Amino acid sequence: MPVQVQGEVLSMRKVGAYHAMTVVAPGMAELTRPGHFLAVQVGGPESSMLLRRAFAIYDVKARGVYGGTVEFIFSVHGKGTAWLAARRPQDKLDLVGPLGQPFKLPTHPATAMLVGGGYGSAPLLPLAATLRQRGCRVDFVLGAASADRLFGQLDAKRIATSIEVTTDDGSMGRRGRVSDVLPALLDRSGSEVVYACGPMAMLKAVTEISSERQIPCQVAVEEAMACGIGVCMTCVLPVIGDDGQTRMVRSCVEGPVFLGDRVRWDDVGTLPPDVVGSLNAVGDSHR
Amino acid sequence: MSEVTLRPAHQAPSAPTLDMSTRLGSVTFPNPVFTASGCAAAGQELDQFFDISELGAIVTKSIMLAPRSGRATPRMAETPSGMLNSIGLQGPGIDAFLDKDLAWLASRGARTVVSIAGGSVEDYAKLTTKLRGRPGLAMIEVNISCPNVEDRGQVFACDPAAAASVISAVKRAAPTGVPVFAKLSPDVTDIASIARACVDAGADGLSVINTLLGMVIDTDTMRPALGGVTGGLSGPAIRPVAVRCVWQIRQALPDIPILGMGGIRTGLDALEFVLAGANAVSVGTTVFGDPRAPIRVLDELARALSDRGFERFEDAIGLAHKPPVLYVPEDPDPIGDEPAVVFHPSVAFEGDG
Repeated sequence: MPVQVQGEVLSMRKVGAYHAMTVVAPGMAELTRPGHFLAVQVGGPESSMLLRRAFAIYDVKARGVYGGTVEFIFSVHGKGTAWLAARRPQDKLDLVGPLGQPFKLPTHPATAMLVGGGYGSAPLLPLAATLRQRGCRVDFVLGAASADRLFGQLDAKRIATSIEVTTDDGSMGRRGRVSDVLPALLDRSGSEVVYACGPMAMLKAVTEISSERQIPCQVAVEEAMACGIGVCMTCVLPVIGDDGQTRMVRSCVEGPVFLGDRVRWDDVGTLPPDVVGSLNAVGDSHR
Repeated sequence: MSEVTLRPAHQAPSAPTLDMSTRLGSVTFPNPVFTASGCAAAGQELDQFFDISELGAIVTKSIMLAPRSGRATPRMAETPSGMLNSIGLQGPGIDAFLDKDLAWLASRGARTVVSIAGGSVEDYAKLTTKLRGRPGLAMIEVNISCPNVEDRGQVFACDPAAAASVISAVKRAAPTGVPVFAKLSPDVTDIASIARACVDAGADGLSVINTLLGMVIDTDTMRPALGGVTGGLSGPAIRPVAVRCVWQIRQALPDIPILGMGGIRTGLDALEFVLAGANAVSVGTTVFGDPRAPIRVLDELARALSDRGFERFEDAIGLAHKPPVLYVPEDPDPIGDEPAVVFHPSVAFEGDG
């Protein structure tokens, strides 16, 4: 059950191309599991930006000198995130969280491969810590466009048995994509489970590579959201249910974590004719 | 220091003497603040943040006969003080809605306004028939501002005759004692004439307004931002349009109940609608940014009314249409036979925040 908290910014730091913000948000940390996200109001009480910005929760501390804190990573994309990046310690921030379905954990000490693209690694780092506590082996592949767009590679190195880094421009690690190195790493590590978070194209590639090897793969998707709590119906994508039928499913409530092979990656952003209740070529617009 | 809001106990309105109840047709609601259709799903999600039974009513997302996928994404674009949506009435269909959602709302003790949408007059009649005898049903809101499948591109609420035919079909099928409200589109030349056509066809009241048709073009992709190309504009950006529509309908139809909505963010926003003539209000898009908005607006509206000396919410309805309230001095001027016109003797003039 999520809470709405009037939080207070504790600290802000720059991490490469990203911003890391820690907020005192009592009541949220103890409810948070790896894969949960939060939604932040931006622009202050009189803001002309009505919609919350959603971010994966990176680090939480349930108890501390200042009370419970949550930390999230973001990149400045528009006016809302620019406003966030200008916050300073003690500024007030309205947060709702934890939201969504967290990653499911294996019941036995499995060997897990964690694949992060850009700051998609943020929810994977607490996941890695949790998996290690349960006796799992953790291997990491982190990829980004360039070195400054990697996040958490030092943390990952500390936690993981192995880590491989790729960048599109070769500024760190191997030049290329995570999908170039993933097949060999899965075979070498004997991975039994894959977790991934990052851009949709990467999630699709990771799902395909895992499926070829019949390794279950959980992905945390990024979809544009208006509310984050399940009422607006904007963040949907076509997902195959247990009954074999595809539905337009809310990534904020039923996700953001899905089984990769249940998401119809090629149909994201379209309306497949076999979706339950599919509506094709109808010129409607109103709620 | 920060404060936690787990499941906050709702604060009673500041003035214990303030009567917030409001009558819409044959039904009296304990207070005038409702959710808005399409902005609260069927109440369960918001119930995590406040007790939904404390609102006047939950207005559910428009339901159709069959399950419906809605449109392709992107379905949303943020705009200055507003947003565009092109959801396309995604929903589980009336049968699943009745068995799961309405049953849950009834068990929670919430008063429910069920919003229905169809592609034909028959659809609306069938939907209404299925609502008969359902516990928890307080009112029916007929969303005639949705696509008309029979006549593509045409919206029932843009044509007085089409609007009237839907409303009379719903009225014939509706259970007795359940008011039927027509939800109107602002995208018309004369909203009062559509309102009159609905009332002549038997509507017990009017929900004013639905979204305005709008469009955003993404300057990076150089294509329409929404999958559905055009979308419905909502949020505070449309509030003056909505207040104007409520005002015009109240002028044309002095006695018809109006459920006002369109960009309400605060209690004072809600009061604007009430003064323009709304008997109750819906809080919609604001919920996306603040899940507790409806209960907050209720508290703020109650405080705003108390501050202005009201003892009954209903005394404020349509007050902006009345002559200005005159100040009555302690020691009235003895000259002149005409007593000062005082519409509401306890109206305060200072410190209204």
